[in-house]
Amino acid sequence: MASATDAHHGHDAHHDHKPGFVQRWLFSTNHKDIGTLYIIFSLVAAVVGVFLSFLMRLELQQPGMQIFADGQMWNAYVSAHGLIMVFFVIMPALIGGFGNWFVPIMIGAPDMAFPRLNNISFWLLVPAFILLTASLFVGGGPGAGWTIYPPLSGRTGEVLYQTGPAMDMALFALHLAGASSILGAANFITTIFNMRAPGMTLHKMPLFVWSMLVTAFLLLLAVPVLGGAITMLITDRNFGTAFFDPAGGGDPVLFQHLFWFFGHPEVYIMILPAFGIISHVVATFSRKPVFGYLGMAYAMVAIGVVGFVVWAHHMYTSGIDVDTRAYFMAATMIIAVPTGIKIFSWIATMWGGSIELKTPMLFAIGFIFLFTVGGVTGVVLANASITQVLHNTYYVVAHFHYVLSLGAVFGIYAGIYYWIGKMSGRQYPEFWGKVHFWLTFVGVNMTFFPMHFLGTQGMPRRYPDYPDAMWGWNFVSSVGSYIAIASFVVFFYVMWLTFRKGEKAAANPWGAGATTLEWRVPSPPPFHTFDELPRIR
Amino acid sequence: MAGTPQNGASPYKHPYHLVDPSPWPLLGAFAGGALLFGIVLYAHYRIGWVMIGGLLATLAVMFLWWRDVVKESRTPGLHSAVTRLGLRYGMMLFIASEVMFFVAFFWAYFHFAIYPEHVSGATRPVWPPAGIHTFDPWHLPLLNTLILLLSGTTVTWAHHALLQDDRKSFLIGLALTIGLGIFFTTLQAYEYSKAPFPFTGGVYPSVFFLATGFHGFHVIIGTIFLTVCFFRGLAGHFTKEKHFGFEAAAWYWHFVDVVWLFLFVSIYVWGAGPVQH
Repeated sequence: MASATDAHHGHDAHHDHKPGFVQRWLFSTNHKDIGTLYIIFSLVAAVVGVFLSFLMRLELQQPGMQIFADGQMWNAYVSAHGLIMVFFVIMPALIGGFGNWFVPIMIGAPDMAFPRLNNISFWLLVPAFILLTASLFVGGGPGAGWTIYPPLSGRTGEVLYQTGPAMDMALFALHLAGASSILGAANFITTIFNMRAPGMTLHKMPLFVWSMLVTAFLLLLAVPVLGGAITMLITDRNFGTAFFDPAGGGDPVLFQHLFWFFGHPEVYIMILPAFGIISHVVATFSRKPVFGYLGMAYAMVAIGVVGFVVWAHHMYTSGIDVDTRAYFMAATMIIAVPTGIKIFSWIATMWGGSIELKTPMLFAIGFIFLFTVGGVTGVVLANASITQVLHNTYYVVAHFHYVLSLGAVFGIYAGIYYWIGKMSGRQYPEFWGKVHFWLTFVGVNMTFFPMHFLGTQGMPRRYPDYPDAMWGWNFVSSVGSYIAIASFVVFFYVMWLTFRKGEKAAANPWGAGATTLEWRVPSPPPFHTFDELPRIR
Repeated sequence: MAGTPQNGASPYKHPYHLVDPSPWPLLGAFAGGALLFGIVLYAHYRIGWVMIGGLLATLAVMFLWWRDVVKESRTPGLHSAVTRLGLRYGMMLFIASEVMFFVAFFWAYFHFAIYPEHVSGATRPVWPPAGIHTFDPWHLPLLNTLILLLSGTTVTWAHHALLQDDRKSFLIGLALTIGLGIFFTTLQAYEYSKAPFPFTGGVYPSVFFLATGFHGFHVIIGTIFLTVCFFRGLAGHFTKEKHFGFEAAAWYWHFVDVVWLFLFVSIYVWGAGPVQH
């Protein structure tokens, strides 16, 4: 494999010489710069996505219609919030951002396998994001939810719900984001398989790299199926096919199958990189190697594999057969096993360690707690019989915000605080980092925990109004969301402090617990990290 | 982190190709965005120029980008053995994702074909739906199967000739493959023109035309890929040791071939209804 002895590069570029602005940031072929672009993009998209959720909580603070004109407008904002958070905040931050920055460094590679492809993966997100946000201002917006189910997303036959171009713009935005993901996935897999430094065997690979490898396979195999589904939706809407249109013999449930065959792996795509980050942070701040390394790696592989055969648990009330429901219920619960392996291994890693409660560790422990809450409600929802009652209620909203908004986002924050010194060369202010953590922790729990109660009371999702009896917990939830939004402002203040007044970060500011390769190179690393390949052990 | 000391003139002591900054990714992304937005404009307002402009820009970027790749492959030292292995991984993974794209359309087909009760509004659950006449699989579809299978052998002939350094046979085999690809596409277009069902005639034509249509589109892509390889072969770009561009095209061609076999067996033969006369 990669040996330093046949190293030759016919090019005379000086490796420590950074190109000019346009070359460096627009035409980039450097994994660290592209990673930075991804993180900045994700933060910009997060501002939009959070703003949409702010409007939603303002509306739901009291019964009656406050600021939204009608249900279509509400649905459009809910859809945009979901799609933005999934495709333009969480994925770019975790995969494009941290994945780009640290996969090559952790395996001792000088860059990604296909640097130009890496750059188009980033830039495809920009027109995609523009198309999606612009669609909100076209006609009634794309009001079909992030799951874009027909017939609600259709415009032909007997049903005329999303007639305007907004829905098509959102669908094409998904096509662009999907192309970005597929190309990025092929890039990551090739990088990890082909560019590990001498001695970096698969079983020595850091867990974050393992998480990105599994994530990339999920992306590569799941996203094209979404591509096929939305292609059929687009031709149904615009060119007269009838895949999902009952008037032509089509079946809307087919779309649900195709969507969730993508959609369920997609939720693991969002959480697996966070798993990887949490493993590093917990090990670093417990000053112990992660407990059960191989079990942790293969638990992620198992989650990835089983994640492909559980999709119809999202469709328990779509009229599928009772035997089918029994199978999907059993398969879904099996995922709790590898997930449990991960939770218990993190706890075992902390057990007996000398724990340092720095900000990244606070977010990691917060992640473990909140992800467990979301995981437990996930096992509840895996029951086909219980889901007959809870399907499409706020219980589901609470569940997936616990695993994503509190799980994946805490993973992102843990990653930012863990690596900001490495990426920027300046360390964050510890005090304000902790303020940010506690505000976020209180805010998001106050926002989402009451949603469990609202769900069991029967409050359906995707409605801008509700009976007066549900006012109390909705009010609490809205107040919680304002706290969470305040914490987001604090986060930007922390970033400002970091870049303005942050101390210069040492190569390894965390001490003996931080063992992966990125802590052996300067902060920030040189333009090309490794001119000669490191040898592992 | 001790590296091996090196005495080479290159600043890099590793076998990877660090690509220079390039404008094509940025331009390609926005060209693709314009193309897709243009389709929305065309579908809703019959405004075509954005779509056509976006398409031309996308094609231009593809040409310029791949021209750079070809140039780099011919620059000594850039595409080392390890870098070429990376390209092989990349092409394999791309084909894997393409397979999953077709899985969506086969899924749609079997969703209705195995469970005809999924067809909304059908008076009786049969596949193909009542009233649909299909193509006779043993006429043009069988001929198309033989054409593609034959083209699979000619492209292998070309490959083996290249490995033997027999440039003339390489070019003949490749030209035959391209000719067979064009022949296939022509027959498909002819078959479409004789279809016993209209494109907008419900769920059967939807599945049939999109599944076979996307396959046909991939045949055209593969034919173009092989044609580029033919001209690169004429220009002497390929040696018996180093010819991954051609191998990638051959892999792609085999992928297209296998997709057709699945289409032929499941849609044309197994899913045949009353035959059109």
